[in-house]
Amino acid sequence: MQPTDIQNPNYFHKVVDCQWACPAHTPVPEYIRLIAQERYTEAYMLNWDSNVFPGILGRTCDRPCEPACRRVRTEEKPVAICRLKRVAADNKGDVSDYMPRVPAVKNGKRIALIGAGPASLAVARDLLPLGYEVHLFEKDPYGGGMMRSQIPAFRLPIEVLDEEVNQILDMGVVCHFGEEITSMKAMLDMGFDAYFIGTGAPRGRDLDLPGRSEVDDFIHIGIDWLSSVAFGHIDAIEGKVIVMGGGNTAMDCCRTSLRLGAESVNVVVRSAFDVMKASEWEKEDAMREGIPIINNRPPKEFVHENGKLKGIVFECVEPVEENGRLKYVPSGEPDVFMEVDHVLMAIGQDNHCPWIERDIGLEFDKWDCPVLDEITFQSTNPKVFFGGDSAFGPENIIWASAHAHQAAISIHLMCEGKDLKADRPPEGVNLISTKMGMHEWAYDAAHDASGRNLVPLVAQEAALDDVKVEVELGFDQVLGAAEAQRCLNCDVQTVFTENLCIECDACVDICPMDCITFTGNAEEGDLRKRLTAPAPNAEQDLYVSEDLPTARVMVKDEDVCLHCGLCAERCPTNAWDMQRSVVHVPQLGSFAE
Amino acid sequence: MTFVAKPRTHHPLLPVNELGLTRRDYEGSVSTLCAGCGHDSVSAAIVQACAELSIPPHRFAKVSGIGCSSKTPSYFLNKSHGLNSVHGRMPSVMTGANLANRDLYCVGVSGDGDSASIGMGQFAHIVRRRINMLYVVDNNGTYGLTKGQFSATNDKGSTSKKGAPNLYEPIDLASMALQLGASFVARSFSGDKQQLVPLIKAALVHKGMAFIDVISPCVAFNNHNGSTKSYEHIRQHGQNVVNADYIADHEEITADYEPGTFEDVSMPDGSTLRLFKIDENYDPHDRVSALNYVQRRGQEGEVVTGLLYVDPDASDCHEILDTVQRPLNELQETDLCPGNDALQAVNESFR
Ligand SMILES: Cc1cc2nc3c(=O)[nH]c(=O)nc-3n(C[C@H](O)[C@H](O)[C@H](O)COP(=O)(O)OP(=O)(O)OC[C@H]3O[C@@H](n4cnc5c(N)ncnc54)[C@H](O)[C@@H]3O)c2cc1C
Ligand SMILES: Cc1ncc(C[n+]2csc(CCOP(=O)(O)OP(=O)(O)O)c2C)c(N)n1
Ligand code: SF4
Ligand code: SF4
Ligand code: SF4
Ligand SMILES: [Mg+2]
Repeated sequence: MQPTDIQNPNYFHKVVDCQWACPAHTPVPEYIRLIAQERYTEAYMLNWDSNVFPGILGRTCDRPCEPACRRVRTEEKPVAICRLKRVAADNKGDVSDYMPRVPAVKNGKRIALIGAGPASLAVARDLLPLGYEVHLFEKDPYGGGMMRSQIPAFRLPIEVLDEEVNQILDMGVVCHFGEEITSMKAMLDMGFDAYFIGTGAPRGRDLDLPGRSEVDDFIHIGIDWLSSVAFGHIDAIEGKVIVMGGGNTAMDCCRTSLRLGAESVNVVVRSAFDVMKASEWEKEDAMREGIPIINNRPPKEFVHENGKLKGIVFECVEPVEENGRLKYVPSGEPDVFMEVDHVLMAIGQDNHCPWIERDIGLEFDKWDCPVLDEITFQSTNPKVFFGGDSAFGPENIIWASAHAHQAAISIHLMCEGKDLKADRPPEGVNLISTKMGMHEWAYDAAHDASGRNLVPLVAQEAALDDVKVEVELGFDQVLGAAEAQRCLNCDVQTVFTENLCIECDACVDICPMDCITFTGNAEEGDLRKRLTAPAPNAEQDLYVSEDLPTARVMVKDEDVCLHCGLCAERCPTNAWDMQRSVVHVPQLGSFAE
Repeated sequence: MTFVAKPRTHHPLLPVNELGLTRRDYEGSVSTLCAGCGHDSVSAAIVQACAELSIPPHRFAKVSGIGCSSKTPSYFLNKSHGLNSVHGRMPSVMTGANLANRDLYCVGVSGDGDSASIGMGQFAHIVRRRINMLYVVDNNGTYGLTKGQFSATNDKGSTSKKGAPNLYEPIDLASMALQLGASFVARSFSGDKQQLVPLIKAALVHKGMAFIDVISPCVAFNNHNGSTKSYEHIRQHGQNVVNADYIADHEEITADYEPGTFEDVSMPDGSTLRLFKIDENYDPHDRVSALNYVQRRGQEGEVVTGLLYVDPDASDCHEILDTVQRPLNELQETDLCPGNDALQAVNESFR
């Protein structure tokens, strides 16, 4: 193998599994250390800088970081990264002094943002400190997008949402709330220097089955129903409720129904439990509240009588694996009939922009998604950018923030007359030694083997009684500190210096995880089998040195390294050093830059 | 010294042995030796060998003298029996342990100072008595613990860290062991576990006195340019003569080497020791020619390593003394004092 190029910013970035997996590349271990030091405000700001909505995300994030967490590979349960974010938000002090300054004198460029969801809000936050005049158009009377209209208050209290939305609006956004945009052509005629479209994926899917049209009054599109609940138009649901669908929207629909007085609630899913789109924890939350999830039941028809819905007939199938993919075949059981009064349809969302004329040079693909450059988020109209759910279909808040950072960079480059790709700021990495003395490191290297802490919950009766009672109480400072200790500090990197190594094997002998090997070089596949411990996880890199005097190379498997620093402690020559990597993910208006 | 405690967490694919233990279960406390000391690698090799042999830790006895090397039994097999004895006196204590319980795997760890100076007499006699044990010398050519004086194994002309030359001829413990009747003699290097681990495994199952001289550099006092026991010097001048591959009896012998390039030696526990001669003219069963070879190559500045000599059918002390099969420490009062009639019978036999 070629020697590893550790100057490539991606190399060590990838070792920080959580940060790498986070779409906005939040520096997770660094904020966790700040929490351990009770520096909640700094921890909050570090988050705010990358992901814009720490209080909201600390409760609702899809947490792609957690399945990626190294701890999953070393002992099963990831660090509760998301809930630690909430600890920072819950315990922070006054953040106003940390907020970026917004110049009073503007730079003369006017930007229009359409839709006030997280994507547009994050673009606004990035552009305002640079002096842009930012106009935000939103059809609803409030900002927040689906964070307000969809995510139920029992998961995200309104105050938390308002605080973080207002933080941005208060930076000087010119708000045009209650204004639905009905023509992009007209928008373009207004002569803004750039446009960002963050209108989300607002159309909930329906299911055309026999009987569907006759029972319209009893069938509700999940996301429309949830927003009616959020805006107070609906405050009750009666009788037996069936939620169709297996994603997160289904979980929110069923839990909301339970709180609004449904006599019974069942979730019925056409596919198997394990492949449901909903996150593991959302399924757990629903089941803990006593909601049955019934799998492998595709619906066949709506049964009605005198214009009233009676029930649904479901077919019974079972999954079989075929060429690594699941296929559903009839299980042989007879069809089942389930009585129902209301159906909530939560089977997916689509992009839908009927207000964008198709003759203005703005192309859409066959799925009705805009044709975009995946790096710049620029559409085929150079002045128009997309981000969030409107870009590539429904995702989540953290992706919306990530898209927004990139789109904001593009808008800025365009306004400066620069090339959106060639002039894009590169990623970078700084490495800072953590060695303080003979056996002193600037991080807590000792390994804490304790299991994941559980988040305390409010009493269930209280939770089910009121749709606005937040279910999770969050970690208090003590639990937060305990959970913070579980972080392995993956950003404190093992950095190897060939010409210092005397090949004494001390590091090989001490490493608790058998990460290090000195051996003859070979092709990766071969090398992976010949290491001190086999390295079958090809997703994790091998760190390979230049040739050493014995013609061998040092090979370190990054897979399960605990970042415990013992290799560096036991190295007589400092050939190993523990260095903190600071990954620079380009971003505008960043307070850390 | 290391202050970060070694985590108990281990690699998820770490194999378990026949006793259900992993290699990590054979470790001791974290070493207090200098970072980079060769002795730690020898300890790691012992840990690996014992784990691979599935040795029950409670049947393992480790005894040492005084020195950095003699501290190392604390750093392996912390669930076994051990005694850190007096300078140069490991052999007496080990002899006692082995005589009292012949079922123990006995491992004595000593240093070149401990064995070639103050303990020279003890070394000579335990080898001669063929105690069934593995005698390991962590040989660094210096008194590490007392800050770097030349030891008796230090080569003439080799220098101290400050440049003063050593004026005396070295004692070669491997040659002495050959001469004194050890039935398994090897030399190895702490920096070459591929060679060292199979040698330790073979030595542990060997019946009789097994001696391994392990060149084990002292990073603090004897790893400089003028040293002949530095990592670099041994890497340049080490001459492997016979490679040994230890194959447990349940293991399939898979590697298909050309016939004639190796010799299989049956070990007492049913395992096989496969010997690969690097030098065709070398005979690892001829004590005198082995001695000759080691000495001659030594004079040329080479350090001969590998399995130098093995006699798989040799007898050990218990056989020579014709002791009972049951370990002596298990004999009860009734066994030891069979009563007046028995005494009379013995007395009668002398009349
Ligand atoms: C039920 C449900 C639960 C969810 N739960 C989570 C969760 O827990 N965690 C998570 O990360 N994500 C969750 N999501 C997804 C998340 O809400 C979205 O991915 C995210 O809000 C997308 O942000 P956005 O800025 O792209 O658009 P949106 O949040 O959809 O905002 C778009 C805004 O544009 C406005 N708009 C649309 N068209 C026009 C127009 N023509 N003129 C003016 N304004 C317009 C809309 O009113 C809306 O305010 C959930 C989604 C649903 C449906
Ligand atoms: C009776 C006695 N004499 C002298 C000493 C001092 N002393 C301690 S260790 C040592 C030499 C150790 O050298 P070696 O056996 O080579 O061990 P190393 O530290 O090199 O591994 C000496 C002379 C002592 N502890 N006891
Ligand atoms: S930090 Fe070093 S010693 Fe610790 S697990 Fe990683 S490679 Fe091994
Ligand atoms: S401990 Fe240091 S000098 Fe020794 S082999 Fe490892 S990196 Fe090289
Ligand atoms: S002084 Fe030498 S022998 Fe002793 S621990 Fe240090 S390196 Fe090892
Ligand atoms: Mg010594």
